[in-house]
Amino acid sequence: MIYFLCLILFSIGLYCVLRKRNLIKIIIGLGIMEYAVNLFFILVGYRLEGRSPIFAKEKIILSMVDPIPQALVLTAIVIGLAVTALIVAIAIRIYERYGTFDITQIRKLKG
Amino acid sequence: MIELNLILIFMILAALVAVEIKDLLSSVVAVGAVGLGLSLAFLLLKAPDLAITQLVVEILCLIILIRATIKKDLPFSTSGRWLFNTISTLIFMAIFLFFAYFAIKDLPKMGEPLIKVSKFYLERGKDLTGATNLVSSVILDFRAYDTLGEATVLFTAVIGVLAVLRKVGKIH
Repeated sequence: MIYFLCLILFSIGLYCVLRKRNLIKIIIGLGIMEYAVNLFFILVGYRLEGRSPIFAKEKIILSMVDPIPQALVLTAIVIGLAVTALIVAIAIRIYERYGTFDITQIRKLKG
Repeated sequence: MIELNLILIFMILAALVAVEIKDLLSSVVAVGAVGLGLSLAFLLLKAPDLAITQLVVEILCLIILIRATIKKDLPFSTSGRWLFNTISTLIFMAIFLFFAYFAIKDLPKMGEPLIKVSKFYLERGKDLTGATNLVSSVILDFRAYDTLGEATVLFTAVIGVLAVLRKVGKIH
């Protein structure tokens, strides 16, 4: 059930990327897809009634949630920020050149 | 689990608002709501490091997107083959969700993760690295090359942004 909600969030991002004509909307759709995938990884590694992967005295080690997805998603979040910054820089450049964010008009003004 | 479901539904609604609203600045603010909801969800899923990182990254992302959208609004255009585009996109989404439904069945059930690789980290992590936080011991010791690659990607992106946005050297 909760996996499916996560995938619905992903498909909303997919709809935004495929359907919208505004460059900023497409960037937002990419961001939503990225959030959904990150959340999905963490959901797969979650243990019911688990605790965060930090050692403490008088606690059972094996009741922790899975630390590997958390470490990988930590990397993925930072890389997502870098990718967003690069895309936005290119979009600002395109706006300066063509005066619009509409991808159909950018295609017409070739050259 | 019910609070996690509620936060996910809130995120879905905020994402719908971000996709469908016409004003670009409002759309950016709505996507900020999605990101902050994700931060809360990480906190509920027992991932405090991720929640902190997501909070910081979300705020930076909002600043970057607002820099891109401010004073650059444009009217919404629905020219072209509106019906065909919408229907083909919806069919694509339906196919995706259909296959995802069957893929979910093969995953381990929610709340019972398949801990095989990380069992070693859980048992020996403290003796081998001396770090009490397992996430930091994984990213900084067991998989340090991953973090090195991440830093490389980050600096490459910074160089790319500087190269794209610089003003000097433009030919007019």
